[in-house]
Amino acid sequence: MCLSDFVRAAMFVVCLFLAKLSVFADKKEFMDTTLALDGINVVREYKPYIEVIPAQKLEGEQLQRLNSHSVADAVRYFSGVQLKDYGGVGGVKTLDIRSMGTNHMGVFYDGIQLGNAQNGQIDLGRFSLDNIEEVSLYNGQKSDIFQPAKDYGSAGTIYLRTRRPQFDEGKRTNAKFILRSGSLGLIDPSVLIEQKLSENVSASVNAEYIYADGKYKFRYKKVFSDGTIAWDTTAVRENGDLHSLRIEGGLYGKMKGGKWNAKIYFYDSERGIPGAIVNNVWKTSQRQWDRNFFMQGAFQKKINSWYEMLVSAKYALDKMRYLNPDTTLMYLDNRFKQGEVYVSLANKFKMTNSWEFNASVDNIWNTLDASLTNFVYPTRYSALVALATAYKSKEWKVQASVLGTFVVDKSTATSGTGSETERIKRFSEYTPAVFVSYKPVESFPLNFRAYYKKIFRMPTFNDLYYTDIGNANLKPEYVSQYNWGFQYQSALNCGILSGLSARADAYYNEVTDKIIAVPKGTGQYRWMMMNIGRVKIRGIDVNAQARLILPYDIESSINVSYTYQRAQDYSDPTDNEPGAGTYKGQIAYIPWHNGSVVVHLDYRKVEINYSFIYVGERYHNSSNIPANYEQPWYTHDFSAGYSFDVGKAKMKLSAEVNNLLNQYYDVIVNYPMPGRNYKLILKIEI
Amino acid sequence: MKPIQLYVIILIIMASVSCREDDVIFIPETVVVSKPGLSDVKGFYLLNEGNMGSNKSTLDYYDFSMGVYTRNIYGSANPDVPKELGDVGNDLAIYGTKLYAVINCSNKIEVMNTLTAKRITQINIPNCRYIKFYDGYAYVTSYAGPVEINPEYEQRGYVAKVDTTDFSIVDTCLVGFQPDELEIIDDKIYVANSGGYMVPNYENTVSVIDIATFKEEERVHIAINLQCVSGDKYGGLWVSSRGDYYDNPSRLYCYDVRKKRIEKEYDVPVSSMWLDGDSLYVVSVAWSNITMSDDVTYAIINVKTREVVTRNFITDGTDLKIKKPYGIAVNPITKDIYVTDAKNYVNPGTLYCFGQDGVMKWSVRTGDIPAHFAFVGE
Repeated sequence: MCLSDFVRAAMFVVCLFLAKLSVFADKKEFMDTTLALDGINVVREYKPYIEVIPAQKLEGEQLQRLNSHSVADAVRYFSGVQLKDYGGVGGVKTLDIRSMGTNHMGVFYDGIQLGNAQNGQIDLGRFSLDNIEEVSLYNGQKSDIFQPAKDYGSAGTIYLRTRRPQFDEGKRTNAKFILRSGSLGLIDPSVLIEQKLSENVSASVNAEYIYADGKYKFRYKKVFSDGTIAWDTTAVRENGDLHSLRIEGGLYGKMKGGKWNAKIYFYDSERGIPGAIVNNVWKTSQRQWDRNFFMQGAFQKKINSWYEMLVSAKYALDKMRYLNPDTTLMYLDNRFKQGEVYVSLANKFKMTNSWEFNASVDNIWNTLDASLTNFVYPTRYSALVALATAYKSKEWKVQASVLGTFVVDKSTATSGTGSETERIKRFSEYTPAVFVSYKPVESFPLNFRAYYKKIFRMPTFNDLYYTDIGNANLKPEYVSQYNWGFQYQSALNCGILSGLSARADAYYNEVTDKIIAVPKGTGQYRWMMMNIGRVKIRGIDVNAQARLILPYDIESSINVSYTYQRAQDYSDPTDNEPGAGTYKGQIAYIPWHNGSVVVHLDYRKVEINYSFIYVGERYHNSSNIPANYEQPWYTHDFSAGYSFDVGKAKMKLSAEVNNLLNQYYDVIVNYPMPGRNYKLILKIEI
Repeated sequence: MKPIQLYVIILIIMASVSCREDDVIFIPETVVVSKPGLSDVKGFYLLNEGNMGSNKSTLDYYDFSMGVYTRNIYGSANPDVPKELGDVGNDLAIYGTKLYAVINCSNKIEVMNTLTAKRITQINIPNCRYIKFYDGYAYVTSYAGPVEINPEYEQRGYVAKVDTTDFSIVDTCLVGFQPDELEIIDDKIYVANSGGYMVPNYENTVSVIDIATFKEEERVHIAINLQCVSGDKYGGLWVSSRGDYYDNPSRLYCYDVRKKRIEKEYDVPVSSMWLDGDSLYVVSVAWSNITMSDDVTYAIINVKTREVVTRNFITDGTDLKIKKPYGIAVNPITKDIYVTDAKNYVNPGTLYCFGQDGVMKWSVRTGDIPAHFAFVGE
């Protein structure tokens, strides 16, 4: 255990800062300083909450001010999450919520889930923060009952909400241009145009192009036990380039007692796959092309005093090509095509003022086509039915739901002799969830909450049918979650403190029938997916936010989050050698401690942001031996921005320095992350 | 909550977590596993493959005279080599005073001093697989044939001829697709072609190279997806087929190089084999997509009579503990049998030592995917 100089320095700054606050806190005159609170959504949980357990949220200005390139960078600030990041602009970034595995995370884009029936993983690095207004994370599920059945179907959920057009008095058109450029050869222009078509209908178009050569320096070194350098090597990350184009269009309408939206999304990209850095191999040449298209819409209306409906629909088509042109390896040129059709109807019935009932039915069709030998061309039809009820009183909020999942998988099995047989597999399951919150004193902003949820994930098409690896006999992977916690939130105006909120949760999760790749038979690297894993996770998430009004019109906010997790592998009781066996070992890449600190300072037209992310020591295997040990890593990111007007245009120029102390680290072993890097951002709003 | 309380909380959290430090060269771990023994064999090296992309191929050493097993010795023996031994060790051999480790995904053969495991040099051969020696030269198979501009071209593998005095590649000889193990008998090299990249159109031949001309002079049809080859002193060439994992299971074949014909086919699947005297030791885990299960074998075949002696040489029930038998070797003096368990390929494996009676003498934890042996001082 140690405290490095960096952390000491950071603590010193925090210490000074807070000491200063306490001094000013005694001075009464600053209490009277009135500042517009509403414009800044820093401590946003002052809003009365509808959900039983509110989400962790990043929204508006606060979200834009994080030194984040993509949604993946932003979600690192939530407690209870681990980002699996393969580095660079194009490297895959997926999220693991409370150590249950990345496949248990549902990602919703404007209210409708993003699907990937092929591998179940959503690469959050693909989603630009450019037009995202709000990112929220729910453990369990969004505990607001009026939602499609799919929203009940994941163990943890991320909601991405794009910006809805809003017009100032007398304005019919908004335009916003953003240009980002910086390290890793990044050039990232984007444009957003919003048009008011009528009093009730508006439209928006957003386009963004990203080019990055993905080149950055990385460094690996080892020392002798006396600290002298054994070897120290610096190289440039190659084949991490990215070209992508995203175009989105949306129509937003409102009516008496209702609203609707329709959107169309197109994403086209080519990227290099940089690969693992191993001895004698510092460059790879694999490439990947993705083309994603979807259109979706939702219509919500209050029909009468007791009935409200929500209709959603989506069509998605995803194409992917993977190429290995390296002729010293196995030449591969594989193409995959996925299709999805989704329709949903949610119905909310208001029984009394404090009791509501919801019934949702979703239908989903998935197909996968691949240029693989002996491929089975699977299709999946899923019907989801959710029944939920919510009750609230002054002290209590309770929600209970049950989700029925009915799945029919069809595939064309091929035997070794080439004969084909259609194989049909049916699956059905009912899973419950209960959410409770209790507020003991009406006037005191403290409430306690708890939930239980059982859910599962279906094996993906890759798990089931990927030629050679897939195992068509797989069962779903189950997760049971138990959570207890409290939340305190206050808009108190006491001294310099103008708002404070704190939340803490303790949880226990158990993953059973976990789908794990296990080796099979003769020959190297032949794998088979099996339902043999079992993980027990005990954890604590803590999050605190404070909003401060300092002298000289300086506004500030601080957000601290911390997670402790003990995620133990219970898969193989026979592998129990003390200190080395995998049984009860901490699972791969889950640190015991991780956390973040975010500080914003605003002074008139100037803003300064600082963020610190810490991920503690981990092992890259549940055999927790020295050979599998991974060092902690932490990054300090700074940014500063200045707003000014040129004529009618509002301009903002910001500069970012990320990983200020130039720490070279891996999130995933042998996938180096960028060291210190810079970015310049120019925003123009008309 | 006052700011100072917030600060205290931050302080407590920060104090409870640790900081990043420099990675220290791995200090080898030693374990006493057996009583010291005197023998003409000083010890053996065990090469752990490490899973692809993990860069965790490691070298372990067992010292007979001390009865001590030492894990992961390469890093401390070669503290100046960036990223250590490399990614996926695929073969290990001693020739003269040098230890050769074929590191498949690091595209190199690491040449070390046999006594100290100190690096002498590395020989760069892309996608290199197996090594054998003959008359001052090393012969190495590689999947990576020459690049040609030809749309119909499918990539053949080759055998590289390496001078063991200056470590230069003096010649290459094209063979079949994805050649694996090779064996040298009567001035000829026999190469097992797998065609593993060509699924489902596997290769089914052994390439025969004349050493004097270093030209492929014939192809011998054996079976699909060949992997291991071992030659006995009676002219028998023992060749294993991995099968296609569907209808054609893994099999062992005996090809007589003098009569030029397949003498016998055995329904013994093969993951790894080791020839010692007249006994061919075979371990295997055969997967069938039809039954969706593994079938484990620990067989001994007498290469003189060409009969299967046993299908399970482990007699004390230890076989039930072994999850994924992967490598095998036999001590040339004591005839002890060493079997490695690769478990699930990502966790550390285990090495088991059995006496000729099939009773376990000792076992020890190894690196990831323990697989290839080389005895020192035979």
